[in-house]
Amino acid sequence: MTQGQSWARMLPFIVLLVLAIALPALGNTYWTVIATRAAIYWILVSGLNLIVGYAGQLAIGYVALLTIGAYTASALVAGNVSEPWEPFTALAAAGAVGGLFGLIVGLPALRLRTFYFAMTTLGFATIVTQIALAWESVTGGGIGVPGPAMPAPFDSDQGLYYLCLGIAAVATILTANVAHSRFGRGLIAIRDAEVAAEAYGISKAKLLAAVFVLAGVLAGIAGGLFSSLQTYITPEAFTFELSVLFFISILIGGRSSILGPLLGTLILTVLPEIAAPLAAWSNFLYALLLLVIVLAIPGGIASLLDFGGRSPLPANRRIQPELGAVRQILADVPRDGRIVLKNLHLSFGGVKAINGLDLQINGGQVHGLIGPNGSGKTTTLNVISGYYRPQEGLVTEGGTEVPSGQPLGRARRGFARTFQTPRIVGDTSVLKNVMAGGYTRARGTFLEALLRVGRHREDERGLREMAESALRAVGLSHLAHVRADRLQHSELRFLELARALMLQPRYLMLDEPAAGLTGDEIKRLGDIIKEISRCGTAVLLVEHHADLIFDICDHVTVLNLGSVLASGTPQEIRTHKEVVSAYLGA
Amino acid sequence: MLASIISSGLAVGAVYALIGITYNTMYSTSRVMSFTAGQLGMLGGVFGSLFMLRMGMSGPVAFVLTLGLCALVGVITEFVAVRPVLKSLDQHLYVLSTLALALMIQQVTAIEWGTEPQPFPRLLAWGSGPLDERFWLPVAACVIVVLALEYLYRRTLIGLAFLAVAENNFAARSIGLPERRLRVISYALAGVIGGIAGFASGQLMLAFFANGPLLNFYGFVPVALGGLGNNRGAVLGGLALGLFQQTANFTVGGIFASIAVFVLFIVVLMAVPQGIFGSNSARRV
Repeated sequence: MTQGQSWARMLPFIVLLVLAIALPALGNTYWTVIATRAAIYWILVSGLNLIVGYAGQLAIGYVALLTIGAYTASALVAGNVSEPWEPFTALAAAGAVGGLFGLIVGLPALRLRTFYFAMTTLGFATIVTQIALAWESVTGGGIGVPGPAMPAPFDSDQGLYYLCLGIAAVATILTANVAHSRFGRGLIAIRDAEVAAEAYGISKAKLLAAVFVLAGVLAGIAGGLFSSLQTYITPEAFTFELSVLFFISILIGGRSSILGPLLGTLILTVLPEIAAPLAAWSNFLYALLLLVIVLAIPGGIASLLDFGGRSPLPANRRIQPELGAVRQILADVPRDGRIVLKNLHLSFGGVKAINGLDLQINGGQVHGLIGPNGSGKTTTLNVISGYYRPQEGLVTEGGTEVPSGQPLGRARRGFARTFQTPRIVGDTSVLKNVMAGGYTRARGTFLEALLRVGRHREDERGLREMAESALRAVGLSHLAHVRADRLQHSELRFLELARALMLQPRYLMLDEPAAGLTGDEIKRLGDIIKEISRCGTAVLLVEHHADLIFDICDHVTVLNLGSVLASGTPQEIRTHKEVVSAYLGA
Repeated sequence: MLASIISSGLAVGAVYALIGITYNTMYSTSRVMSFTAGQLGMLGGVFGSLFMLRMGMSGPVAFVLTLGLCALVGVITEFVAVRPVLKSLDQHLYVLSTLALALMIQQVTAIEWGTEPQPFPRLLAWGSGPLDERFWLPVAACVIVVLALEYLYRRTLIGLAFLAVAENNFAARSIGLPERRLRVISYALAGVIGGIAGFASGQLMLAFFANGPLLNFYGFVPVALGGLGNNRGAVLGGLALGLFQQTANFTVGGIFASIAVFVLFIVVLMAVPQGIFGSNSARRV
């Protein structure tokens, strides 16, 4: 991103910060208190945004973590657990406890579907409130406990405001760092293209765990500050409506955005103050607002602010691949790759999908896999990718066995693939979609990305350069910054190919890449695939377009009913009697 | 004490089971898990109390009116929160739209009806002690609803149509079943079932606006444990949940009972995400 674009992106935040710093100068302490509350809510929402907006996990009951943070800080400072703690250490402890419970609340997300996970967070929120009521020695039960008083100069309204504002600014920077790193792209990939994310080595468990801990820490700190602001907390302060408010802020703001939820939080905090006569109906209005947003503007404020995303695309676009760029990307690919499938058997219940399959693909060759529908072509591909575990048989790569049923490890071994229906993330740019393919090639850890130190910068630079190269190679450079869901179907197929090139793959598996392409585009696709194999990659091409197969393949295997019907050079297959009768036709 | 545990456990469990069936009925024709299921149960009790105690109507009239209104709420759910969302490709939106609608229903009830639980009158003067009406009426309602649904699904054409749409949406449409109309009818039916649950348990749970979220969660547990779309699983799950909850309530007390239920729920769900009687989802690649 150029310096100019970088500044443009930061401008709204800088403006808001300046306005926020100037606010107390208005002299009205009431609005200072409201602004403090907005800052505290944003500290929590910035973390929750990564969970809900980026990862797509519907954590509705998040007020539980605010409660935990608030009571931890208050109980420690009040001396209910041990000798009274210093306020700032108590705040840090609230963050740590919040991080721990954030992970616990989030764990079910790894196994449960959306609605189920939402329900568990709701249940958790209820439990936490019940515990707060019952554990009187620590939380003061229904009577409550005084919140920690911050030391001077933070004990005045203004002082506390600036403290919260400062922490809110830090929270914004941290979460924005994650969002704009490969982890942010990984989260979005998990949300919208989970199967593809697995193929490219993006581990849902590890990524979600990291984000849940981060969000939990932020929520815990927000809770501690909240109890300071309230000066006295009881379980009644932590209502379900507060949870809904956090959640709605993110949805009003829009997914995959930092600015949107920030504005959403500000709007929702300020709204009840402005619409005071409607106070009793404020919760109803929140809900109504949520309904309207979901039905009318599902993309939220972020989609309204996305001016660039609405400029029309040129109508007669052509995809012009650059074979030189392909050669550049695949310059270091070794030519000796070999995948061997031996005596594979796979059944889905009573259906025998693969029945004794032997196959070998070699580096530097294009191996075609054809056959009637239901013959097991895509299933074979999925076994190699690791999604299915065969009941019998062996898959080896370069002589060593490849563990079955574990798709995550494939990317590191140099396996790349495309899918029968393009699996991409609609609401990010083409460039970011492609960069997501290189997830496993980056070295920096989550912490480095969070703080923008260490290997993070060179990772981002490397991924960006490689992605731009890949887009040049497939001929989509002119669409690099366009949202992927605005592309035509054929462009999406080339996008998937570019993503696969990010891995500089030893093995490239293509699942019907020509489906839906025009004759011209198929020819260009063929050129790229041939070039890729010339560079040393082993290509396995599943296709129905017989012309493409016979044009570019070095070796063809024909499947029928899960086993090999014939195998040989394109010439042999073309004239093979059984293949002609079962599949090709006269 | 055992008699109390069993009678209150079965009663409360029957209510949870009925709400679970409400969820399932809405899910079966739309593949949507609606947050309004628990609210329908709440409305059954609130409307019943409103018509009988505040407006002085007789039991049967109030019952019919309540069911009618609940059916209407079900249909509104379909029109407002489900149909528009099914058209879009974003799967998670239905959670939000139904949540929004559920919250709106809850808030209106809180404001118009009040935030204090209101009493619900005795309907039939049979039984006392562990066999008091507040205990056997929900169980009887559950049994009747389950039998009626069995008859509906197995013996009537419209029931078969529901099953067809639930099993395979596209195939059902291709043989000419009016999918949209069936969906509206099934949401009305779900409203009626929720209304029956609330009306029958009025004395047990009182006419209280906070019953909505309570029933949302506890009515969901039988669905999660019994398998999505599986009514028999929901009944078994509901009764088991009710008994477990009341046992915990009577032995270790309210707070720990809630925690116990919740922990059990999470543990079972993590072990068997598709439910104990549920089926695994289809291939995802």
